[in-house]
Amino acid sequence: MREVAVVAFAQTRHSAVDEGLSEPELILPVIEEVRRASGLRTFGFTCSGSCDYLAGAPFSFVSALDAVGAWPPISESHVEMDAAWALYEAWVRLQHGDVDSALVYGFGKPSQGDLRQIMTLQLDPYYLAPLGLDHVSYAALQASARGADRAELDEIVRRSRAAGRANPYALDLPDPEGDAFAVAPLRPYDVAPPADGAAAVVLAAGDLARSVCERPAWIRGIAHCMDSHYLGMRDLARSASAAEAARAAGAGKAQVDVAELHVRFSHEEPILREALGLDGASAAATEINPSGGPLAADPVMATGLIRIGEAARRIIDGAAGRALGHAASGPCLQHNLVTVMEG
Amino acid sequence: MSGNRCAVIGVGQTEYRTKRRDVSIAGLVREAAARALADAELTWRDIDAVVLGKAPDLFEGVMMPEAYLADALGAAGKPIMRVHTAGSVGGSTALVGASLVQGGVHDRVLVVAFEKQSESNATWALSTHPPFNASLVVGAGGYFAPHIREYMRRSGAPGHIGTLVAVKDRRNALKNPYAHLKIPGIDRAMVESTPMLWEPIRYLETCPSSDGACALVLASEKAVTGTPAWVQGTAMRSEPIFRAGRDTVDPRAGRDCAADVYRQAGVTDPRREIDVAEVYVPFSWYEPMWLENLGFAAEGEGWKLTESGATALDGDIPWNPSGGVLSSNPIGASGLIRFAEAALQVRGMAGEHQVDGARRALGHAYGGGAQFFAMWMVGTDRP
Repeated sequence: MREVAVVAFAQTRHSAVDEGLSEPELILPVIEEVRRASGLRTFGFTCSGSCDYLAGAPFSFVSALDAVGAWPPISESHVEMDAAWALYEAWVRLQHGDVDSALVYGFGKPSQGDLRQIMTLQLDPYYLAPLGLDHVSYAALQASARGADRAELDEIVRRSRAAGRANPYALDLPDPEGDAFAVAPLRPYDVAPPADGAAAVVLAAGDLARSVCERPAWIRGIAHCMDSHYLGMRDLARSASAAEAARAAGAGKAQVDVAELHVRFSHEEPILREALGLDGASAAATEINPSGGPLAADPVMATGLIRIGEAARRIIDGAAGRALGHAASGPCLQHNLVTVMEG
Repeated sequence: MSGNRCAVIGVGQTEYRTKRRDVSIAGLVREAAARALADAELTWRDIDAVVLGKAPDLFEGVMMPEAYLADALGAAGKPIMRVHTAGSVGGSTALVGASLVQGGVHDRVLVVAFEKQSESNATWALSTHPPFNASLVVGAGGYFAPHIREYMRRSGAPGHIGTLVAVKDRRNALKNPYAHLKIPGIDRAMVESTPMLWEPIRYLETCPSSDGACALVLASEKAVTGTPAWVQGTAMRSEPIFRAGRDTVDPRAGRDCAADVYRQAGVTDPRREIDVAEVYVPFSWYEPMWLENLGFAAEGEGWKLTESGATALDGDIPWNPSGGVLSSNPIGASGLIRFAEAALQVRGMAGEHQVDGARRALGHAYGGGAQFFAMWMVGTDRP
């Protein structure tokens, strides 16, 4: 495949409350930041990810285009998915060989609605959605199926929140405490805190990447995979689609220094570590979610893209030689995307 | 065309109806996908990846439905993506699917787009009150009517041109077994007798609300089976809805998108070198408007082409022989149907609405405030 790299990444300082910014206002600064960092003003392709239901209106991506300043008209597309999949679409487009750069962005304002209510609408509308099963409830089913150890979950949240406090873009959350349940066995702090935010990435191919970035984060493998929708048809203790995406992306070919995982519930971390081959002999050497991950801030629809961006940033900074960015969607890790990058 | 060669090797459509109460959303998309697979003489197992497209999730009330539809589309254990680019989405979905082949990522991709409008109300979904924007509460017809009036003012087109398109496309629909609106005996008097909805758009000059799905199987050169329609050019263009000074009647994004596709396909005179076009015309007047925007007629001259009969099935440049969006409109699929019908024409498989000897066909879709465009050129000749 053609050599393509992440050469710039920017994100907002995610906010747990509505700060009165519209979506274009959230996006504009991060797009300007990646333009500055890459020195590129225009791009061969642009792709974004967002979800209309967060805005409660159709076409939430239409006004977002105003922030891009798409004039003269641009070659552009949109996925109604986490923007990690927009990055995937852009990477595919760069494989054609006729364009060398792509702008990818994602955004979400979950403060505008009740995420637990909204997420029920992602289920089969005839047999599952009418049950009112929200995403915390089905995650709790998965945590039970996994038999997640409470001490391990507490440590994951403690570590993620501490890392988040050191990350200026994540929320400032205290160490976990309290014995209440959100939905048993999950405690409120096991659930990723929704936040308003946006992120942007610039991809560049070959020589252009080398010329705009001292140490590009070369994408050596990127793949995604979907599981069956129906929870009763899957082994919820495992994630077959995450394992398949990791295999297809070549994650296991060498040591992973840093992995940024789309962990929306603490019990998903051990499931993903196992599926992505990050457990085992060299496990201690892989740093998981040094940014704090989604458990420290979950700007829905940008969260997966941020995992790729955070992983890439550590290569661009020289802190890591090989990094993995993971994104997930659907109930109980139904859909997983894995990106493997090297310096 | 950029990247590896790509061909359409299978097309599947459902019958388009006001209400498909006999199937769920999953049943609807599976029906189209199974027909596309049968056309390509392939099975679910032969597909590497699925690309799903539809218009806003509010139209059915199912958020990010690729999760729910993965099982029905045979995508469990495979990659599946969901495209959403407003009304152009059906076209964009085909282009994202083609991109996977052109980029050398997959050899066989299933592309599916649908809308099941009977599960909700599109005009309601288009008329919400978001906190940071004005709501027009007008639906699509109310939004586009002023653009049409401006076209009439600029071009001096007589008032009956829209009526001619409405009659022509519905007569074509009588030859298409999948078409939704079939109105035997339709003529100008009948169209002109229907109520004015949004000046100058009468009831029979607007598209219906349909349930339906459309699917394509796309293949790399080495994976081609059956009769291929080769993809000779693909392009997407978008422009901002609120840009001051943009021309909503003759959008630059549409012109640029067409120019890109023509360049890739080696077309310099679209009227002469393209045999048939399936173009997104949801309101009758968009035929003359897009004739100009796509370079089939000079500025201000599109309506004359329509009036001359050139765009009829027996004209020299037939537009929408399938009956078009005016006859069938499962919104999210409407663009993909254009792309699919273009492929059927060059494969010689369009049945009664076949344009004899069609070797090159344009598929076109637009969306948003006439700001998102997706197009492809397909032909019998390998690029």
